Amino acid sequence: MLEGYTAYIVAGASTTLKIALSSLAVATVLGLVGAACRLAGQPLLNRSAEAYSTLVRGVPDLVLMLLVFYGGQVAANSLLESLGLPAVDFDQFIAGVLTLGFIYGAYLSETFRGALLAVPRGQWEAGWAYGMSRPRVFLRIVLPQMIRLAIPGYTNNWLVLTKATALVSVIGLQDMMYRAREAGAATREPFTYLLVVGAVYLMITTVSLLLLRALERRTSAGVRMGEM
Amino acid sequence: MLDFAVVLEPDNLKLYGEGLLTTVKLLVISLACGLAASVPLAVLRVSSNRLASLPVWGFTYVIRGTPMLLQLYLIYYGLSQFALVRESAAWALLSDAWFCAMLALAINTCAYTTEMLAGALRATSHGEIEAARSMGMNRFTLYRRVLLPSALRRSLPAYSNEVVMMLHATSLASTVTLLDITGAADRLYSTYYMPFEPFIAAALFYLALTWLIVRLFRRFERRYLAYLAPRTH
Repeated sequence: MLEGYTAYIVAGASTTLKIALSSLAVATVLGLVGAACRLAGQPLLNRSAEAYSTLVRGVPDLVLMLLVFYGGQVAANSLLESLGLPAVDFDQFIAGVLTLGFIYGAYLSETFRGALLAVPRGQWEAGWAYGMSRPRVFLRIVLPQMIRLAIPGYTNNWLVLTKATALVSVIGLQDMMYRAREAGAATREPFTYLLVVGAVYLMITTVSLLLLRALERRTSAGVRMGEM
Repeated sequence: MLDFAVVLEPDNLKLYGEGLLTTVKLLVISLACGLAASVPLAVLRVSSNRLASLPVWGFTYVIRGTPMLLQLYLIYYGLSQFALVRESAAWALLSDAWFCAMLALAINTCAYTTEMLAGALRATSHGEIEAARSMGMNRFTLYRRVLLPSALRRSLPAYSNEVVMMLHATSLASTVTLLDITGAADRLYSTYYMPFEPFIAAALFYLALTWLIVRLFRRFERRYLAYLAPRTH
């Protein structure tokens, strides 16, 4: 049915997955940093983290993508130029990953903030009472407990992020979406290819939902739910 | 460093104005259609009859599990593959970028809103339904007078998120040649080769619209959810 374009599409699917997973890693780091800044009790950090999350979440992904993708390269190169260094042609893949990571870091910072706030304050105090430093309490006591609470929001953001990777096709990255359009145009069967790619997206969604449900069960082991 | 003089030229401002109008029109029409369709679908979704709820579940699962860009491309670029569609009377509509963008947006918001409303319907407290039954209401009256009004109200906070997401989704219309806010910025970018200012201006438009939507919903919530607010003595 796919007339020899199968390998071409499969390569695109692997690009899509790579982009999604790499940007999730970037976003997770940015989200944790953002959430930590919001809760650090330091006005300047708090304000900048809040501005990051509010501004990014108030603007469409596509606009940010075009801005960072077109603008980021020009900005970086003019910075390099002012330092007397030669201009660089940025790798599209890295630019795409950083852009998506930057956007979804803002969404994840809200998820993590909510989850961190839901860890009882007594847990912090107990850690301090043992003489642990603030960062140590955060890493050893609060963070592990926060993970369980963050999983539903994290799953949601991952699903939205996976779907948002389709946008990188607009800026010329050869992901699954881009390749479906190309193959569809070449064979004059755009519907067929888009449908196939849609099925792959649906598969990714389904597998992630199942995996994360299992993970949720695992991390909730021993937690007593409200009894109905 | 940034120079907004080009963006502020009358011709270019007019371009943004037209873009704003397109964005708002797309948003309002698709939201209205999506919401109207989602109410009956949500009722079917919570039905205990699997024959009614399963197809709706399938619809929302597929739409929510695939990128909106893909759905838009399927409608705008994909459907032309079939001679049957090209020769049908609907082709005048389906070859129009405006109609396709609106259709994709409406289908998308319909799926999300259906799930949201179904969740709210399921969360209706048992006592309310029991009370309505004991008043002798039949199923239809129960939905019309008790379940739906209360579920719609309780969905307001979630719906405001959905509206903001939809506002952001309208930017995809620029990928099928429509001149919305993003489309206007993209045109300025390619005309003047300025990567920053046009998109920053577009981002400001979206931020303003987002802010407006959030304010509007806060007002609705104060009015329609007043009965759920904590009591003040």
